[in-house]
Amino acid sequence: MTVDDYQGFAFHSIQWLVIKKSLVCLRASLLLLSLLCLPAWSVIEVDRLSSPELTERYQQLVAEYRCPKCQNQNLAESNSPISIDLRNEIRRLLEEGASDAQISDYLVARYGEFILYRPRVQASTYLLWLAPAVLLLLGLLVIVFIIRRQKRATSTAQAALSGAEQAALQTLLSDVENQQNKSKSSNKAEVE
Amino acid sequence: MGRIKLFIPLIIFVVLAAILYWGLGRDPNAMPSALISRPVPAFQLPALGQLASTEDDNQVVAEQAEILDESLFLGQVSLLNVWATWCVSCRVEHPYLMDISETGVRIIGLNYKDEVGAAQQWLAKYGDPYAHTISDTTGGMGLDLGVFGAPETYLVDHLGVIHYKHVGVVDDRVWRTTLQPKYQQLRDALTEKKNDS
Repeated sequence: MTVDDYQGFAFHSIQWLVIKKSLVCLRASLLLLSLLCLPAWSVIEVDRLSSPELTERYQQLVAEYRCPKCQNQNLAESNSPISIDLRNEIRRLLEEGASDAQISDYLVARYGEFILYRPRVQASTYLLWLAPAVLLLLGLLVIVFIIRRQKRATSTAQAALSGAEQAALQTLLSDVENQQNKSKSSNKAEVE
Repeated sequence: MGRIKLFIPLIIFVVLAAILYWGLGRDPNAMPSALISRPVPAFQLPALGQLASTEDDNQVVAEQAEILDESLFLGQVSLLNVWATWCVSCRVEHPYLMDISETGVRIIGLNYKDEVGAAQQWLAKYGDPYAHTISDTTGGMGLDLGVFGAPETYLVDHLGVIHYKHVGVVDDRVWRTTLQPKYQQLRDALTEKKNDS
């Protein structure tokens, strides 16, 4: 073992010690951090407006609009800068006494109907709004049709069997029975 | 009749499959601008270049600066490019904007929710592709335009009407395949008009 090797070995073991120690440190600090985070979960920023009614309307409105940047979140959930801006804008408009419809128009004029989580009822959205009802109706019609057809089939079958037909059926059934008996006895004979 | 009925499930399947297949090819994030075919909203904002800013607290002295408004777009076809120094993609896009501005494309900059000093330094350091730069520190004009991030690039005709909006970096591919054809079309229409009159 040369001096160089020895130094290399020593260096390695020291490195290992440092890594081990830092790992322990990391674990401890992570644990501490996670403990610190616990109370933060319960802290939710509440935007207060000048009156409770406005605050309530604000809370409803920010839940109805979609964040243009992070499109699967509403304005209330999103923390992107644009959502913060739009929340501030809604708050400002509410304080200025704008109606919900005015706020909706204001936002749609800038960001399009894309940001409405509750689409407007108009020619381009009739399909969207009416499709569920139409499909439900269609399904009900199909069910009614099937049930009525089945009922008709069973009732006509019962009504048709009467008198001579009943007798014919009886003779047919007894014929079949006779034949079965015969074949059974012949089978037996063969086996014996 | 009975035969036709047998095919109903198949027909439903084919229709549904066609609709779903068509949906697969669509970009769910594509968000057409609400301002297409509408004029650039009115604004009155200072030009970035002439704003004085103290270095430490970004206090803006706007009295001396030239005030720009929507008449900026009249008479020429322009691109309106929304940018900021905090926007990483804008840094990526910047050299390409320099390139196309050198070919004679008129680009108006909208410095969006940015610090004046940082923005001025940026232009001094990397070059200034903009014919004018509007300084929108509060993001008010951005809001009126329906800006939801940077970079965004609008194509505005000589009457100040918005024709197209591109969200994201303008690079060679975007420029050649989407923006330039539209830009050229507007320019050709404008020169034709000028020749007529």
